[in-house]
Formats: sequence, structure tokens, C-alpha cells
Amino acid sequence: MPVTTLQGHHVNVNEEGFLTDPTEWDDDLGSVLAAQIGITLTDEHWKAIRFLRKDFEEQGETPTLRRVSTVGGIPIKSLFALFPAKPAKKMAYVAGLPKPHGCV
Amino acid sequence: MKRLLVLGAGTAGTMIVNRLRRRLDPDRWDITVVDHDDVHPYQPGYLFLPFGTYSPDKITRSRHACLPDGVNFVIGDVDRIDAPTNRVTLVDGRTMVYDYLVIASGTTPRPDQTPGMLGAEWRRSIFDFYTFDGAKALAQALQTFDHGRLVVHITDMPIKCPVAPLEFAFLADAWLQERGMRDRVEMVYVTPLPGAFTKPIASARLGSMLDERKIAVESDFMVERIDVENKALISYDEREVPFDLLVTIPLNMGADFVARSGLGDELNYVPVDKHTLQSKAYANIFAVGDASDIPASKAGSVAHFSVEIFADNFCQLVAGKPMSGSFDGHANCFIESGNGKGLLIDFNYDTEPLPGKYPLPLVGPLDLLKETRANHLGKLAFRWIYWNVLLPGRPMPLPTHMSLVGKTTNKTTAKATTK
Repeated sequence: MPVTTLQGHHVNVNEEGFLTDPTEWDDDLGSVLAAQIGITLTDEHWKAIRFLRKDFEEQGETPTLRRVSTVGGIPIKSLFALFPAKPAKKMAYVAGLPKPHGCV
Repeated sequence: MKRLLVLGAGTAGTMIVNRLRRRLDPDRWDITVVDHDDVHPYQPGYLFLPFGTYSPDKITRSRHACLPDGVNFVIGDVDRIDAPTNRVTLVDGRTMVYDYLVIASGTTPRPDQTPGMLGAEWRRSIFDFYTFDGAKALAQALQTFDHGRLVVHITDMPIKCPVAPLEFAFLADAWLQERGMRDRVEMVYVTPLPGAFTKPIASARLGSMLDERKIAVESDFMVERIDVENKALISYDEREVPFDLLVTIPLNMGADFVARSGLGDELNYVPVDKHTLQSKAYANIFAVGDASDIPASKAGSVAHFSVEIFADNFCQLVAGKPMSGSFDGHANCFIESGNGKGLLIDFNYDTEPLPGKYPLPLVGPLDLLKETRANHLGKLAFRWIYWNVLLPGRPMPLPTHMSLVGKTTNKTTAKATTK
């Protein structure tokens, strides 16, 4: 697995750029990752990212969009506005988590 | 007397009681199965109903007739499970107490979950084919459909039999060609996934099969609602896909009683250990088949391979031994591709579908991830196997765990192409 340096953060990533070790993540890195995909984080973004981090810690898996909506209380419509086109993938990327693999 | 209670007499529930009735001492074990009716459908047959390949009587039997002697069959709707007191209450007020509970109540298409789906166009220009009535209604609609936009649509994953929408698209293409109408029909495949299928190698292969058939793919499409008046799917990011005939796979959800009992996740699936299928909340509860949240396909083959392991594990558990079996997520399925051909895929939690041979590595006789006539015949033969071998729990000459022998992995493919 490649190691990359993003504004002073040395992190392990996979071939798609997703962090492979969620413990290497912190808030600052979250902002850096968001900038990589052209997103400036607002409070609304952070609400989604915090839910993703908490849910991953409890469940051991990245939540799906539907779960962020029904359990995390953020409507899917808002998630598409916050993380355009591919919200599930983009949220996971910014939160330093694996891509959700709920879809089999 | 110990009591095993199974909720659901579908594929998983029926296989479980057939296997366990032989292995649990009838003087010491009472086994009861509950379902809401006495009709056991052969669900893979629904795919063929719209095209008139199967007559309705070929695909249903009595649930009771599929169960062994010495098992109580109760018809009723489950109201809730009270897990702390090991009790199940039915809607009509009957109560059943258990020592061990198996939730095998499957997953169900829920058109009510998408605004507009159950509106004025339901079963007029909007159809599902995962239910008997839906498949029959679609068969009628196809008889009069001769031009326009045919849209095949998946609401969200996971769905039961994730390859069936692709099969439907392939079969519809072949069916329209046979009738000389294919040129007058525009076909679109709308999916919430980034491509034709979930796993990369199969997705590429199946994606190019859609291309070859001139079926356009609208990917990453999460439907928010259906605009009934203008007959269009509308996504959360405001894309529109108009249709003349929509064949949709509604959101799939586990049973509502699972949610009422506080045992489900956001889609009413029961969180379980993915290797033993034991509930994460209660050690005497298991969820088998589509009812669990394991990250595998919701498919009869997964139910079959996991039931083999579950039955062994259960016998160990009740004998006071540790459960030694570990399910690997093994699944395989035939994919009908039209014109009397089909593909076969074989995969598990860790390994995606790859080219190779099945069931005997290198020998076959079936080819994996390749269109052949043998795979189509395998699919047709499977209906007999289902009723006569699979449900009764007779031994199948298939390995429970997936094998990698003779399969072409990424690495070997890469090597071959760089030569």
C-alpha cells in the first residue's frame, strides 16, 4: 500500500486514495481531503462526517447513504447537495473510511 | 422438551428444518415453522413469467408439502419477537415460546417506499417482476408494448438476486428482437451503482454485454421519486429519466416485525456475525437467508451454502460445543443472457466473480463468466434441483466453500495481457 503526504500528513492509502487506516485521520486531515475533491467543509458537512466516524467506530463498517439518512438524520437530498454526484464515496473519502461495501 | 422456532418457510427456513429434523432427536426437540401463507414460490421462475416461458403452476408448491414430518407448521403473521423473554407473538394473539429462534423471513420489495411508485401508473406503465402478481401483470403489458422507452431500474442495493435486473434486460432485448420490434424500442438500464454490477471484473463483462445490446446505462442514479404525470424517474441530484414502460426493482427491506421487535438495522435486516449468522444481540437467535445483514448477495445460493454451515454449527451449539463452521459468503448464480445462453458466476466475501470452471476446477463442465448454452440449461435444470434436492436438504455434490483453483485472478490476467 502506498504512503502519501498531504500537507504534512503521512498517511497510508489504497489505489483510489482512500485511507487504509482510519486511526490516521483527524479533523485537519478531513479538511485537506475535502479540498482534494474540491469541497470546502461547512458545519453541515461536518455533521455528516462526524456521523460517519461514530457509526464506523460502533458498527465496523462505513454506513450507506440510506443509513446516514435514517439513522444519522441527514436527508439523502442534502447529502447529494453537500457531496455532489457520488455522496457515499466522497463522504467516506473525506472521513478517512473505506468505501461503503453495503452494495453487493 | 427443547423448542426450535423458525420464522419463515421460504428457501432458508425450509432447508433448515429439513436438515435439522433429521439431526435433532424428536423426543427432545420440538420444531415449529411459522409463515403467513401456504404458498412456496420458486422465485427464480418470476424472471421467466413476463416472457411466457413458465406457466404459473410450475413455480409454486404448498409450503407444508416441502416440510418434513415431525415439524409443526403454523400459518400466521408475526407481530413481534420479545427476545428477552424468548417469546414470539402473532398478530392474532397466539404466543409461542422458544429456546432457539431462527429468523428466516427474507426480504421484500417495497414500492411504498418511493414516492409516486404506487401511484396511478402502478401496474399500468410501472411494473415489478419480483412478485408473482407483478410478473404476471408485466407479461400482459409486454404483449401490447411495441415501441417507446423501456427502462429497467434498481431503486437501491441490496436487492434480492442482484443479477436479475440484468437478466431481465438481456431477455427483454432478445424477446423484442425475436418479434422484430427491437429497433422501435429504446432501452435504458438505471442503477444506483457506478456500473452494471457490484464487482469490477463482472461489472466490466456485464457492462460490455449491455453495450453490445445497445442498452444505455444511467449509473449512480439514486431515485428520489417518480413523476407520475410526466412518466419519469427523478433522482436526488435532479436527473430525469423518462419512460414509457418502467420495470423497477423497488427498495428491498426485511420484515416489519423485525423492526417492531427492535432487532433490525435501517432496512430491517438482523445484524449477525457474518461467519456464524448468530445475532449480535442475542446468542439464541440466528438470522439465515435474506433476513440477515451479511455483506453477501441476497440469493438462494447464499442461503443454501450458509444453511449447510448453520446446521452443523447448531448441532454443536446445542451439544454444548463451540461452533466450528465459518461461512465465507459463498454465492453463485446463473445469469440468463437471452437466445438460449447464460453465464455463471461464483464468488464470496473476499473474492469477486472471476473467469474459470465450475463446479470442478479446470474441468467444469460449466464455464464461469462466459456465455454458453450449458449455463442456460443449468439454469433451467435448477428448478427441478430446487424442489427435489435443495429444499429437502439432500446432499448436493457442490463444495460449500468457494474454490480459487483454476480461476483467472487479476494478477494472472495482467500477466497474460503484458506478454
